[in-house]
Amino acid sequence: MSRRLSPAFVLIALLVCVVVAGPLLSPYAPNAQLDIITLRSQAPSLAHPFGTDAVSRDVLSRVLDGGRVSLALAILSVSLSLVVGTLYGAISTLAGGVIDTTMRRALDIALSIPRLLVLLAVGALWGALSFPALVLLIGLTGWFATARLVTDELRALGALEFAIAARAMGVRGPRLLWRHLMPHLLPTLVITASFGVAGTIALEAGLSYLGLGIQAPQASWGTILRDGAGVAQSEWWLSLFPGLATVFAVLACNALGDALRKQFAPNHVLSVATSRAAAPTRVAGTTSSPALPSSRTVRP
Amino acid sequence: MILRLLQSVAVVFSAATLAFVLLQLAPGDPTTALGEGITPELRATIRAQYGLDDSLATQYGRWLWSLVRGDWGWSRDQHRPVAAVLADALPRSLFLMGCALIVNVVGGMLIGAWQGARAGSRRDRTTSTALLVLCSLPEFWLALVLLVVFVHQLGWLPATGITDEMSRYMSTRQQFVDRVRHLVLPLTSLSLVGIAVFARYQRDAMQESMTQPFVRTARAKGLTESAVRRQAWRSALLPVITLTGLMLPTLVTGAVFVERVFAWPGMGFAMIRAIEARDYPVVSAGVIVGSAVTALGAALADIAREIADPRLRTP
Repeated sequence: MSRRLSPAFVLIALLVCVVVAGPLLSPYAPNAQLDIITLRSQAPSLAHPFGTDAVSRDVLSRVLDGGRVSLALAILSVSLSLVVGTLYGAISTLAGGVIDTTMRRALDIALSIPRLLVLLAVGALWGALSFPALVLLIGLTGWFATARLVTDELRALGALEFAIAARAMGVRGPRLLWRHLMPHLLPTLVITASFGVAGTIALEAGLSYLGLGIQAPQASWGTILRDGAGVAQSEWWLSLFPGLATVFAVLACNALGDALRKQFAPNHVLSVATSRAAAPTRVAGTTSSPALPSSRTVRP
Repeated sequence: MILRLLQSVAVVFSAATLAFVLLQLAPGDPTTALGEGITPELRATIRAQYGLDDSLATQYGRWLWSLVRGDWGWSRDQHRPVAAVLADALPRSLFLMGCALIVNVVGGMLIGAWQGARAGSRRDRTTSTALLVLCSLPEFWLALVLLVVFVHQLGWLPATGITDEMSRYMSTRQQFVDRVRHLVLPLTSLSLVGIAVFARYQRDAMQESMTQPFVRTARAKGLTESAVRRQAWRSALLPVITLTGLMLPTLVTGAVFVERVFAWPGMGFAMIRAIEARDYPVVSAGVIVGSAVTALGAALADIAREIADPRLRTP
């Protein structure tokens, strides 16, 4: 274990501790209205370090509880996109020939449809979405880049000596894929996942801020920001603390991704820019654009 | 080239289909918006009038055909054609995002190349950490913080819009200053994050490029270090070009969150407004236009990459 990993791991460990121990740390129930008359919109104090909101709920408790929701959503939906993307890439590579080409073209097309706009449109059409529906929605719109990465990597790995040797020994099809090629893909997938989680945390915050993600009264970092949106000047604590929490979580996941990238696969994952929700076209995991070999495969 | 063109057509077609499917799957139909106060007969008449009783295939065909003809529907919220709504919003997004893209690319390339040339040094590591923090900032939150600090607390800059209400009565010089003052905050929110993203790509590419054999050759030939770096930098441009291509569509789709915070009436703002008003035709037109320009951006990036790196050219 290199020393380079340590700051990122400290951040992640801290994040996990806070989230896991959230219910123990939080002084009040997240949705408890403590005293609607006297404890309404109180600035941060010793009793309420993050202040209280317009209906006298304790913001610290809500940030802790909301963090669990935000992170759970990010981790679940990223896991879903990893599974779907990897399966798609594996099937495409296994099938080969016309099917492979068709699946790649379909992927190119899917990658061209701006994800954020689709998410906004779905949110607009269906209105309030439940937590499982959000996981499905974010997960199923997020796997295209992973699939692209997996197909590109599998193709590159398949041309390396050890894969040729395995084929020469008579290893074929699924066994070649799962036993020989996939293990080499694992670091890449882990790195993609940590950048993906970072991006999804920010995405959830953005969607919920617009009212299209997690729905009130359930706390999430985005919904608390939404509560504070109209009063950002007077009740700044409603915007500052959940925002800082989001930045901290995104930073921790990005730092982890960076550290792992340096450690395992300096060239595999070119993308470092996956952590952001705002640009609809930002693609996780890979920078190669349609119909072009990645720079890795070009170099002799 | 022809293949690329076909692919772009396929993208637009898929986006149109997706928009149609989403509209069909959504709960309710256009007559729901009329409320409960109308008789079932009237509802049926309206449904027949708008062709909502035809088969899905017929409706789908009609939808595609009207898109091709340039008839993008009617915005119920703004009481004018969707095409007019988009035509108004587009130049404003183009202006904001164009400025942001230029700042991001130039700033990111300079910082990234500077870092990559001295990769591993203390200055490089410090800058990397700062960039990591910057690119972890959610744009809308950064925008919110800037808004509170520079508008509400310090009162230095105007909060929203593109120009002041009094703009038309100002002199040309004042108008220019007014525009710049309105641009500063949205541009800063977009650029602080954007520069970091570009710089991180450029740094990695530059670092790798500096280890290439041709760099050693250049040094061995006695070129000055700055000339060597210039050569290495050229070959480190590929990721930046690709990323620029990926960002090009944002010129047209705008910045949803930042435009909303600063009430910048561009495409992103139009989308948000349409969503809040359940103005579906504008939303689906936004998805289709966004997809089209994304495909275009990818195609342009491919062409630019082939110009920058002859090895990528297909015979």
